Amino acid sequence: MIGLLAQEAALTDTGEWIANGFFYAMAAVAILGGLKMVTTANVVHAALYLLVVLSAVAGTYVILGAEFVAVTQVLIYLGAIMVLLLFGVMLTRAKLGGEEDLDHEQRWIGALVAAGMLAVMSYSIWEAFDTQKLPGDRTPQLTQQVSDEIFSTYIVPFEALSVLLLAALIGAVVVARRD
Amino acid sequence: MFLNQFLFLAAALFCIGIYGVLARRNGVLVLMSIELILNSVNINLVAFGAFHGHIGGQVFALFVIAVAAAEVGVGLAIVLLIYRNRRSIDVAEANLLKG
Repeated sequence: MIGLLAQEAALTDTGEWIANGFFYAMAAVAILGGLKMVTTANVVHAALYLLVVLSAVAGTYVILGAEFVAVTQVLIYLGAIMVLLLFGVMLTRAKLGGEEDLDHEQRWIGALVAAGMLAVMSYSIWEAFDTQKLPGDRTPQLTQQVSDEIFSTYIVPFEALSVLLLAALIGAVVVARRD
Repeated sequence: MFLNQFLFLAAALFCIGIYGVLARRNGVLVLMSIELILNSVNINLVAFGAFHGHIGGQVFALFVIAVAAAEVGVGLAIVLLIYRNRRSIDVAEANLLKG
């Protein structure tokens, strides 16, 4: 019995180790892809790096047991929004071979602001949650649970969101229409 | 796993997105950086949902994804309109209202 329990503990330890490794791989891919996205001199390459970052973020959702959010991320972001952004690149006739004037001259001010924010946020995150652990049993939450919650507790924001989407659709058509 | 791991990843992505918004001149690239910022917030929502064992975090992450879809649609329409009127999507040149 004790041996069985010890074995189970070892197994969960192994699972934790694998989850950690997967998370750090995903985090490294996301951060490197993000840095390349904001520094590359080619608009289409930036869109493709954004694709990499969004896929890595979907991987972290899977680690957290939010499988429906991960699938939605792949469908909406990687499927729809990326196509929309690439259409934007195409319709605005951005040069494909790379441009030198893609950044402001004073981009170091932006870097300064971002570094300052990162320092402040890291310090406050570390102060608030230094070694709090996530619960050990992160069983994936079923899509049924998510939909039950949306259509009971959060029904009003859901309906407001559908109206917002309709308004955004009509607004986009009206703004972009050639008349 | 620590909660901090996810929060630090989200903070790093958020700051990369901030840098992209501030440093880029191309309007489409600014929109891409905004997508990065919204994604980092989603990581926070899902991580806190898992931390508290509550499903509301995932629900709000889904709401944020839907709002991001609406935002990028309207944003691209505005960028297209600026391109059509000014023949350029340099956000530094869109300064007609400058005093």
